[in-house]
This record gives sequence, structure tokens and C-alpha cells, in this order.
Amino acid sequence: MQLQKIKLFMYFPPEKTDKPITYRLVKDYDLMFNILQAQIQPNKKGRLMAELEGTAENIEKGLQYLKEQGVQYRIFNKNIIWHEEKCVHCGACTAVCPSRALSMDRNEWKLTFDHSKCLICELCVKACPLNAMDVNIFL
Amino acid sequence: MAKTFDEINEKIKDGKVVVLTAEEFKDLVEEKGVAQAAKEVDVVTTGTFSPMCSSGAFINFGHSDPPIRMNRIWLNDVPAYGGLAAVDTYIGATELSETQGFEYGGAHVIQDLIDGKKIKLRAESYGTDCYPRKEITTYITLDDLNQAYLFNPRNAYQNYNAATNSSDRILYTYMGTLLPQYGNVTYCTSGELSPLLNDPELRTIGIGTRIFIGGAQGYVTWEGTQFVRNKEVIRDGVIQYSGATLAVVGDMKQMSSRFIRAASYEKYGTTLFVGIGIPIPVLDEDMAKFLAVRNRDIYTQVVDYSVPSRSRPVLRKVSYEELRSGTIELNGKKVPTAPLSSLRKAREIAQVLKEMILKGEFLLQEPIQKLPEDRRFNPLKEREVK
Repeated sequence: MQLQKIKLFMYFPPEKTDKPITYRLVKDYDLMFNILQAQIQPNKKGRLMAELEGTAENIEKGLQYLKEQGVQYRIFNKNIIWHEEKCVHCGACTAVCPSRALSMDRNEWKLTFDHSKCLICELCVKACPLNAMDVNIFL
Repeated sequence: MAKTFDEINEKIKDGKVVVLTAEEFKDLVEEKGVAQAAKEVDVVTTGTFSPMCSSGAFINFGHSDPPIRMNRIWLNDVPAYGGLAAVDTYIGATELSETQGFEYGGAHVIQDLIDGKKIKLRAESYGTDCYPRKEITTYITLDDLNQAYLFNPRNAYQNYNAATNSSDRILYTYMGTLLPQYGNVTYCTSGELSPLLNDPELRTIGIGTRIFIGGAQGYVTWEGTQFVRNKEVIRDGVIQYSGATLAVVGDMKQMSSRFIRAASYEKYGTTLFVGIGIPIPVLDEDMAKFLAVRNRDIYTQVVDYSVPSRSRPVLRKVSYEELRSGTIELNGKKVPTAPLSSLRKAREIAQVLKEMILKGEFLLQEPIQKLPEDRRFNPLKEREVK
């Protein structure tokens, strides 16, 4: 079965932050759940950025479950593209990357880009002096 | 036993020269000691690939018919200097496009020329009896130009500050994007591979030294601007005020954008990454000792760029080994570091230069004049203007 991967932001209303919603996504819908960024405190509005991996059917069901629980979500329709042919591996982008998705290989001093860690904050797009980082928007 | 430039050049011509990159040489010294390394190796190649703002190109366009004495000049809408002879100009790397702003500048014109692209030349004149034409708009390419050579007044800094930011806002600087509250530290030399850190007393590098620049063979022409050298330059183990700098020249027609690249820093402007490699002859054991220097022995200082003053506060001294580890300690906290100078490219340059020497394509040139021994860094004195 072909697995799909989506990245999404979830916004939890204050009364839901104490519910094991992510657990249910894993348990009931067999979704692999990778948390990239989270801001969750009891009785406050929470925010979670995560990557979900599973079959298309289960992803759809999982998203339906979120809706029923009153969790709003936004699926990313953007990603960051690294134009390696323009890159000189200077390291300027690693200075601003908050999740360390962009980092220097300390033996080769080559830039490495781990897409799964990317928060799509776009700081690298501005920080790159060679114009080698771009935002790609897909619908 | 001491060697001379001439003896080393004879070995290069005979195909008997032994060349190592600076990093390879340092490893050899650690393995075999200075004396043995000095005996075995003739030349050590260094390299750097960093943004160097004080860079630009002299260009001669040739004459149109009827001829024009260009006094206002634009190349792809980037203003170039009009105060030379009729069809001569100088275009500086940091000059910005009048239509694209920070996105495109003199550095990009230089790279586009090197890449063989067509560049729009627009010029105006007041018209003279000998140069009647008043305006011209056309396209030029590097091949058309009579001369096009980089003449960079300040390249190859010996050392440079590392930068951080204590304020509450993001700073966009020539040292990259500095995150608030000591969010990061950036640094910008190739450390133990950098040319002038391997010849700290400038014994072998002076006016006339042949260098690798942007893929071409060029020369050191003069002390660089803001060249600083005096008895107090090294304080507390740190080369202060960035130390020595070089003015360099090289033919753009022999360059490749593999070794020279235009850049644009957010809310700062444009600049040029210049690839420079300098071969250093291992004349004797003293030279070998200098060449053996490691990142753990080379220090710079971490400076707070949020203070808008000429003399910004120094937070601490730090070795390049620590900077390269990925984090340094600042005020008791671990702060991530990031380079701005491409060590990967610097290594590529040192390697390419090594191969050129081994193939007999690059000979060493002994300086015809030493660089000055006493230069201070004078501030601009402001005097009241009535």
C-alpha cells in the first residue's frame, strides 16, 4: 500500500488540550506522527506542527476525526527548494534555520538539507546570499 | 636546508615539485615534525572563498562610431563610474541596480559577464567636438571588451571578527542574519586554510606575488585598503583589526563562476564572493612552522553588532576550532555558530592550485616589494564644516 506524507498545522481550542488526540490518530488510524513544533499548555489555545504518514484513506479519516474534535488544521501547500547548482556551501542559511533542517556536514563542509525537519519558516530564503533557496507553492 | 623561489620554480618546470594543500601539510607536520615536513615539501597551497565587498572591475568598451565620451554609464541598470577616459569604466561589486535594488548589483554584472551573458550598456555624454555622440544603448559581452579585469582594492583579510547580536531584534548585516538575544554567531574566514594566516609575517606574499583569483592567474598589486600591520597588531593572541589585506588584480576573461560568485545579503546589499588561492613556498623551517598553524591556535573575537558604534564591544576571544565545532559558549550558554565563508570552495581552490603547480602551469613569483611593516587603522576624523 502506497504511503503518503503530509505536513500540517493543528490549532487546538483550550478545552481540547488535555485530550489524547494525537494518540488516537496513531492508534485508530495507523498514522505515523512526527511532531515538528509544538506549543501546548493546559487550558490555553495550542498549536502543533506535525508530519503525518499513512495510507491516503487513513489520512483522510484522521483529518475527519480532527474536524469532529473541533481541531482546526491547515495542510501545508508550500515547501522549500534548495537549488544546489547555485549553492556555494557558505553556511549563511544555517545561521537562521530554527529546526537545524539546514546544517553543515562538518567533514565535507557541505550543506545538508533534511526536508523532514523543515518548518517552512522561509528564513533561509532571505538569508541565502546566492538566491539558492526558494519557496515552492503547490495547490 | 633553505630553498629559494628560483630553486622551487626549477622543480616545478622539471615536474619534481612536492605540493600539499595547507590542510594536508598541517597533518604531515603532526605526523613527521616540522623539520622533516620542511625538507619534503616545496609548496603549500592556501585558499579562501568569501564575500569581499571591496571588489570591482575595470572595463574598456572600445569606441562606437561616431564616438562618445561616456560620462554617465549603466550596465544592466547598475551605475558604473564615468570619470575615466572616454570608454573606460570601473564597476564596483556593491553598486546597486537602479531598477532591481538589492537583488542585483555590480557583482552580478561581473558574474554575468564572466558567464558570457549579454549585458545592456547605456551611456550618456554632454558631447564634445572630439566625441560628438550624446547617448548610446547597446549590448556587450565579455568577448567584445578590450580589457576587463578585476581590480579589488581589499581582498583576502588576514582575520575577521565573529559576529553576534545582543539586542531584541533581528539584524541584517554583512555578517549575515544575526538572531536576537545572542541567537547565533557568524564567522567568515577559512581559518587554517586562509592565505594570510599561513604567512603571518608576510615573508613570501608581497607586491608581485602571483595568485589564483576567480580561476585566473593574477597578482598582488599593493597593500589592501585598511591594511593594518604594526607591533601591536597581535594582542592577547588575536590578530586585531583584521590584520593585513591585499589589493589584487586578475583577468576576467580567464575567470569562471565556479570560483567567483555574486551575492546579495538581505537588507544590506550586494557583494562578490571571490575565490583566492596563494601558493606559499616552504623556504625553511621557520616558514614550515608558520604553515603548521592549526585552527585551535588561531583566534578571533566575538563582537556585538547590535551596538551602532565604530568600536563595538568584544564579548570574548574564540578559536576557529571552537567556531567550527558548531556551538560556542557565550555568557554561560551554548550558541550555534555558522560560517559565511565557504570552506568547501576554499578547499577546492587549494586543490586546483596544487594541481596547476604539479602540472607546471603555475610558477611562483617572489615579491618584487615587501608590504609595509607599519600601518595603523585611522578612523575618519570629523571636522566642523562652516
